[in-house]
Amino acid sequence: MGQVVQYIRSYLSSDQTPGAAGNMFWALVYIMLVFGGLSVAVIAMNWLERKILAHMQVRLGPMRVGPHGLLQPIADAIKLLLKEDIMPAEADGVVFWMAPFIVVLAAFTVFVVVPFGPTHAITDMNIGILFMLGVSSLSVLGIVMAGWASNSHYPLIGALRSSAQMVSYEVAMGLAVVSAILMTSLNAEGTGTLSMIGIVQAQQAQGEWFIFKFFPLGLIAFFIFAVAMVAETNRAPFDLAEAESELTAGFHTEYSGFRWSLFFLAEYSAMIAVSSIAVTLWLGGWLRPFPNLLNSSTWDLVFSLFPGVTFLLFAAMCFYNAVRMPKHPLFRIQTIGLAGFGVVLGLIGLVLFLPAVSMRVQDIFWFAAKVAGFMYLYIWYRGTFPRYRFDQLMQMGWKVLLPMGLGVLILTAGVALLQQRIWHP
Amino acid sequence: MIDPNSSLSHLDLETPEKPFLDANELVINMGPQHPATHGVLRVILRLDGEKVLGLECVIGYLHRGVEKIGEHRTYTMFNPYVDRMDYVAAVSNGLGYCETVEKLLNVEAPPRAQHVRVILTELNRIASHQLWLGTHALDIGAITPLFYTFRDREEILKIYEKYCGARLTTHAFRIGGLQYETYSGFEKEVKNFLTFFRPKIDEYEELLTTNRIWVERTKNVGIISGKDCIALGVTGPVLRASGVKWDLRKAQPYANYKNFDFDIPIGQNGDTYDRYLVRVAEMRQSVRIIEQAVEALPEGPIMAKVPKVMKPAAGEVYHSIEAPKGELGYFIVSDGSTQPYRVRVRPPSFVNLQALDVMCRGQLVADVIAVIGTLDIVLGEVDR
Repeated sequence: MGQVVQYIRSYLSSDQTPGAAGNMFWALVYIMLVFGGLSVAVIAMNWLERKILAHMQVRLGPMRVGPHGLLQPIADAIKLLLKEDIMPAEADGVVFWMAPFIVVLAAFTVFVVVPFGPTHAITDMNIGILFMLGVSSLSVLGIVMAGWASNSHYPLIGALRSSAQMVSYEVAMGLAVVSAILMTSLNAEGTGTLSMIGIVQAQQAQGEWFIFKFFPLGLIAFFIFAVAMVAETNRAPFDLAEAESELTAGFHTEYSGFRWSLFFLAEYSAMIAVSSIAVTLWLGGWLRPFPNLLNSSTWDLVFSLFPGVTFLLFAAMCFYNAVRMPKHPLFRIQTIGLAGFGVVLGLIGLVLFLPAVSMRVQDIFWFAAKVAGFMYLYIWYRGTFPRYRFDQLMQMGWKVLLPMGLGVLILTAGVALLQQRIWHP
Repeated sequence: MIDPNSSLSHLDLETPEKPFLDANELVINMGPQHPATHGVLRVILRLDGEKVLGLECVIGYLHRGVEKIGEHRTYTMFNPYVDRMDYVAAVSNGLGYCETVEKLLNVEAPPRAQHVRVILTELNRIASHQLWLGTHALDIGAITPLFYTFRDREEILKIYEKYCGARLTTHAFRIGGLQYETYSGFEKEVKNFLTFFRPKIDEYEELLTTNRIWVERTKNVGIISGKDCIALGVTGPVLRASGVKWDLRKAQPYANYKNFDFDIPIGQNGDTYDRYLVRVAEMRQSVRIIEQAVEALPEGPIMAKVPKVMKPAAGEVYHSIEAPKGELGYFIVSDGSTQPYRVRVRPPSFVNLQALDVMCRGQLVADVIAVIGTLDIVLGEVDR
């Protein structure tokens, strides 16, 4: 017993990720935390997307289930779980059954290496970014399987579109990633890193997020990645694979109930995954804004207040809307519920003010805040852009983004070489 | 150019099916239940990968026999039925029918009725184009314009509701004029709508006109030449976008359109983008017409002297008006009794739908959706 406790406690003093420290217990805890956090994020995303999109489109969005529709995602989840699970008679049973699991597996496995903080990751692989790109491209397999196994025309076309799209945008994406990795090698030893944590630490050491490095080269690489990642996740304006006006629902037309919700879950976690890659590579991962410019202890204190203040703002929003609720007995439960939710958020915010807590969650907060920014962009795109046509999409991938990526890579390499050999030999 | 010798059913669906995916060609059935076919249109697509080799429309899923019903109703009783054809432009349908019967009876609606008719019809043109714009943009993937256009269309429907109690199938006109006098504040509300609506057109345009993706998706898509349009009988904004300046409001003025000053917007390329621009410009022109009509709204009676029991002299008449979707014509044969011997409707959607194959061949599946949208068909009118 004592040994077990010792084993558990031994990790607390280490400054490594649980995976790197080889501590199975904490690795499991982290896996649970990441999986749980991700599920909550997907549920929150579901509600937020409908709400934000609705407000962009001069309507209210979900308002009935719970105050301001807050319980809508839960109601949806219950509905999906209770729905009849239909498999078309002509479908290839085994493949049809496996496809959603492969997609979900690929989408979730990626998070093994995502660094939420210097020690807040399940593990730190020395090939982290390669692992992420590799595993996330596995999901295309599941999509092709889903489209094929449905034995129907629309899913087949959807799957073909989707796989062609994901494969071709991965090339441009890869080139952009390589140019960011090149930048990690600009240190005294001249050795770069593929480790996700190493990449962020390199940005910290160089005192510059890679998006601003070699201006505008870093920015262009980031732009290429930001476009490619939307295409990679099959989201608007590149959502041809599931273009509802053309192919009804694309590769998951024949899926229903729980299986369908797995695709949905995978899509949203894939969005979060690629956003985390972008945040890690170009936006300084868990680093707070201006870590080098505003580095006095006062600024440290100010920035450490951000997580708590954010939650308090959410709580204030809840209270404000609870006050604005119609004063009718029918709305009493909703008003109390909303106020209660505000109290919970406020309490979380207050806990986050404790120095011991705020020191530990700061990294996670900044990382999550940056990812949330990308999530907002996803929703914004969906509200603004029409859908690209397949050939235009391909044209953009191969004729615009790919040459741009190659050019940026070559230029970055050239500038990096110049800097190492000539300016700072 | 269309080959006059080619048969209409060119798909040759009788050929034995090759094993699935062994063939290069894929025959896909789009509709009648499909989110982008605007109702119950069924399109059989023959595809090579994503390229459309040919397509055939199968219609009739919404057939209600409106023309046949007309033979068993008196002239007055048939009036509400025409609203159910193009249900997004019911007022135009009613105007066409009333004017045709008036021509048959040799009566003319008084000036005040004519003015109100023009106001309501032009409001309806705006409403129809708004619905078209919203759904067309939705088909191409832009979901937001739909909500903007529906928000503003609501204001028009409110005016209708106040005027005659109905929002969609209004039955606003009667043979010989109007049944209802305008409600108090009608003119003010229409004027308010115009000032409200003008900036909204800019709002729609802001989202789409210069949007790169929108331009790429619609430019050079579904091109049809003016010559082809005339050969196929295509009318309305589709014809005008192909560069043919033909608008019945100017070409053979009906109601009292000749009193109003407005332009006919035309396009050059006959592609989906031009059709979009033409329709948006038409909304602006409609605003102009309504403005003039409201300013000059005369006082006076709203009904001409029409017999209670209508028994037009035996004979036939064809009259057509410029509905939002094109030339809407009514051909009525009278045998001197209280019921028409034959009512034949020339619906713009039905005729325009013929052009779908010409416009889609060689394009991609996604373009078929865009072209169906840009033709602005209403299946209630196609099938009648």
